[in-house]
Amino acid sequence: MSQYRLEVRVKPRPGLLDPQGKAIHHSLNSLGWEGVSDVRVGKAIYIDMDAESADAALEAAEAMCRKLLANPVTEDFEVSMVGELEGAGS
Amino acid sequence: MKVAVITFPGSNCDYDLYKAAQQVGGDATFMWHRERGLDGFDAVLLPGGFSYGDYLRAGAIARMSPIMEDVITFANAGGPVLGICNGFQILCESGLLPGALMHNNSLKFESKDVLLRVERADTLFTADYDAGQILRIPIAHGEGNYEADEETLEALEAEGRVVFRYVNAAGETSQDANPNGSWHNIAGITNEAGNVLGMMPHPERAMEELLGSTDGVALFTSMVGSLQTS
Repeated sequence: MSQYRLEVRVKPRPGLLDPQGKAIHHSLNSLGWEGVSDVRVGKAIYIDMDAESADAALEAAEAMCRKLLANPVTEDFEVSMVGELEGAGS
Repeated sequence: MKVAVITFPGSNCDYDLYKAAQQVGGDATFMWHRERGLDGFDAVLLPGGFSYGDYLRAGAIARMSPIMEDVITFANAGGPVLGICNGFQILCESGLLPGALMHNNSLKFESKDVLLRVERADTLFTADYDAGQILRIPIAHGEGNYEADEETLEALEAEGRVVFRYVNAAGETSQDANPNGSWHNIAGITNEAGNVLGMMPHPERAMEELLGSTDGVALFTSMVGSLQTS
């Protein structure tokens, strides 16, 4: 059993209005970044967990997304491995 | 009529719902979200508020509460379930109702009276209203913008499952009258079987003339009436 750190990125599905992103977009434009043409706001969730393998940890994190972390109606998700944590398991 | 009012950590309309149920002759009981068992209840009410501080998504954590398994069983057996505001969000998260409630397109928390048009007066929640009747009922939410995929939205309309819509004083579904950007001005929908209603406006806050409106009363009398005749 090793301990892994995973990163889950949850983002609004394409085409859906993202009012938060829109507000930040306007704010960046008014600060002078006129080249900014779109902003979407999602969340990053970091999970440390014990698992038999990196694949098992990734699989678990995807199940977590389907069950709780993302709403399939409005959000997409991506899971990636940050890495194995040193000295874990104690 | 025995009514369960489910209280989650962060619910803040549970007492209003309890009072509303009592006002129409219901026998209301608070159920803490960690309790189990809804046997013997005739209806279940999910209150508004900010369960779990709206962490992750409004309603997402409350949906995992132990009692929700019983609420889902109760609903699937045909028992009437009403979710208001955060209760609507919890119903969507739990899959009892389709779709999701996104941030208001105004980016603001909207707290005010709105006008609603009763689209269906033949549900167990609206039998004491007339179809087309305009109600004045308060809203108070930051995430009430109803969204669903195209297929779901078409099914909701085709099956007549939109029960309330935001309208202007003329009774029209104008964009001005839409407080949150909801698709087709949707304020409340039912499940396919018609025994689960989710709505963003607060009928339990429109129960007394002193508080500005009594337009919510008929929703609760409808529920009582439907249970007595069934």
